[in-house]
Amino acid sequence: MSRKEKRKKLKYDGGVADRIISVITYIVYSFFAFVCAYPFYYIFINTISNNDLSKRGKVLFWPKEIHFNNYTQVFQIPELFDALWVSVARTILGTALTVVIAAFLGYMFTRETLWMRKFWYRFVAITMYFNAGIIPWFITMKNLHLDNNFLVYILPVAVSPFYIILCKTFVESIPKELQDAAEIDGAGTLRIFFSIILPVIKPILATVAIFAAVAQWNSFQDTLLLVTDKTLYTLQYILYNYINQASSLAGLVNSTTSGTSLAASLAHAATATSIRMTVTIVVVTPIILVYPIFQKYFTKGIMIGAVKG
Amino acid sequence: MKVFKDKKKMRSYKEFLYILPFLILVAIFSYYPLYGWIYAFFDYRPPFPLSMDSFVGLKWFKAMVENEVKLKQTLNVLRNTFAMSGLSLLFSWFPMIFAVFLNEIKCKPFKKFVQTVTTLPNFISWVLVYSIAYCIFNTTGVVNEVLLNLGVLESPQAFLQSGEHIWFKMWLWLTWKNAGWSAIMYIAAITGIDEQMIEAARVDGASRMQIIRHITIPSILPTYFVLVMLSLANFLSNGMEQYFVFQNSFNKESIQVLDLYVYNIGMGSGGYSLATAISILKSVVSVSILFVTNKISKMIRGEGFI
Repeated sequence: MSRKEKRKKLKYDGGVADRIISVITYIVYSFFAFVCAYPFYYIFINTISNNDLSKRGKVLFWPKEIHFNNYTQVFQIPELFDALWVSVARTILGTALTVVIAAFLGYMFTRETLWMRKFWYRFVAITMYFNAGIIPWFITMKNLHLDNNFLVYILPVAVSPFYIILCKTFVESIPKELQDAAEIDGAGTLRIFFSIILPVIKPILATVAIFAAVAQWNSFQDTLLLVTDKTLYTLQYILYNYINQASSLAGLVNSTTSGTSLAASLAHAATATSIRMTVTIVVVTPIILVYPIFQKYFTKGIMIGAVKG
Repeated sequence: MKVFKDKKKMRSYKEFLYILPFLILVAIFSYYPLYGWIYAFFDYRPPFPLSMDSFVGLKWFKAMVENEVKLKQTLNVLRNTFAMSGLSLLFSWFPMIFAVFLNEIKCKPFKKFVQTVTTLPNFISWVLVYSIAYCIFNTTGVVNEVLLNLGVLESPQAFLQSGEHIWFKMWLWLTWKNAGWSAIMYIAAITGIDEQMIEAARVDGASRMQIIRHITIPSILPTYFVLVMLSLANFLSNGMEQYFVFQNSFNKESIQVLDLYVYNIGMGSGGYSLATAISILKSVVSVSILFVTNKISKMIRGEGFI
């Protein structure tokens, strides 16, 4: 019997048990996938269905009487529009700052010429393992007048040890000769960073950028603790409020959009349910859009993190 | 030669100056808040600055256990914390098994789909998770609707407002959010297994389950070990966001973990000093656990994870 035939035979022998395992696996994983995906789908079809039906919980598997009024109405709530801007601004500015700093420090901590390099590297890296606790942090931020200040969203997370370690590991994997050659040509520290290191470490920067952007977009605790100024509320915070004070919501929308709502039938008039669900979709959409594109970067990041961290 | 050396030294200082601004940021946002620990030794009333008159020594540390009511409260919070972390630890094998059997799926698109969909919840915030939970489990949500139609329930139930099985429910939400993501690391570890070893086992007549038991799982156990150590190190830190968003007056007794308790006393009832005292104790214990687990890891694996 050739090897190939033998393998075929063996496979055939294990066939029944194998097939049972396969079937069970497919069923179980279909269930897991359903549990994870259906909630998003359920909320989405409710936002585009007849609002009266969705309020009574009658939209379960496919949309009924499709309309998009909920989305046009929700964006006419002024506070929501402001919050969207704040969230977008903190995500873009915060991410940019975090990434640039992570890249620069990640590079600088590989430079053996840096004064007391090891000490400063530890000085930064060790902050991963401790924090003062929420109340001392809160009081400190207040003393620094960072409460009700947009900067509280971006400054405290600007220097992130984990991202710096990711970048440092990556820079270390670049052949040293590249830097040496540039140095001989007379390039300075900063010149090497901008024209040699930055272009090479783009892949890891993409990973860091995604991590940082998701964290910024999702951040909720800083607003909860330090912001009482309504113009600085983020989408996450507004959403949290909307879940807890829903009944006054519908009034809010129907009054701000009175012109349309008078004409709108019951099917299109905003309800607490419709607003809550629509805002949920609005908040989750950026994540869902960005996620598949960058899935490979996540995996890369977590692997380097696992090796080092 | 001296000039050359000076030049080199100059450069090393100059490079230090480049990173100085960022070091200052770290000092302000990571080290300076530690100074706030002194509030634990004062009777701090927010509008007034600290003065020696309000120095109370270890009063707040004693306050946690000084009478029966407070002792009971403290123990209750600790019990919740241990229960939540304990449950996670008890079921920490789940993502590993999830990854192992996911790897057995031959149909690539299905595998990819399952992986994508189950990883997604990891990237949404707890506020969103709560919002989704609310939409699904409220009295007109899909769960009530289906159960009513099936005749399991007679009248709609407000699931999120019941105080029963909170530990388990919190674990379920945590798993819903994290399991797919945690599995990624194991999937990567499985990819690293030598194909020839599996081939050889197959030729020798090993069944699928035997290969899983004797090759796949032993190969990814080191990864599992590191992750268990890490979750041990974070035993007291469940974070507060999950429990904060799910908390209400019906489940408060069983949902208050340490982090949430600190927030509730500090921000809810203005007990800054007591909250800080608890934070300090928590930090001290956490750092000790971190060192112990790191030591254990060094003993068993030959390397630590710090």
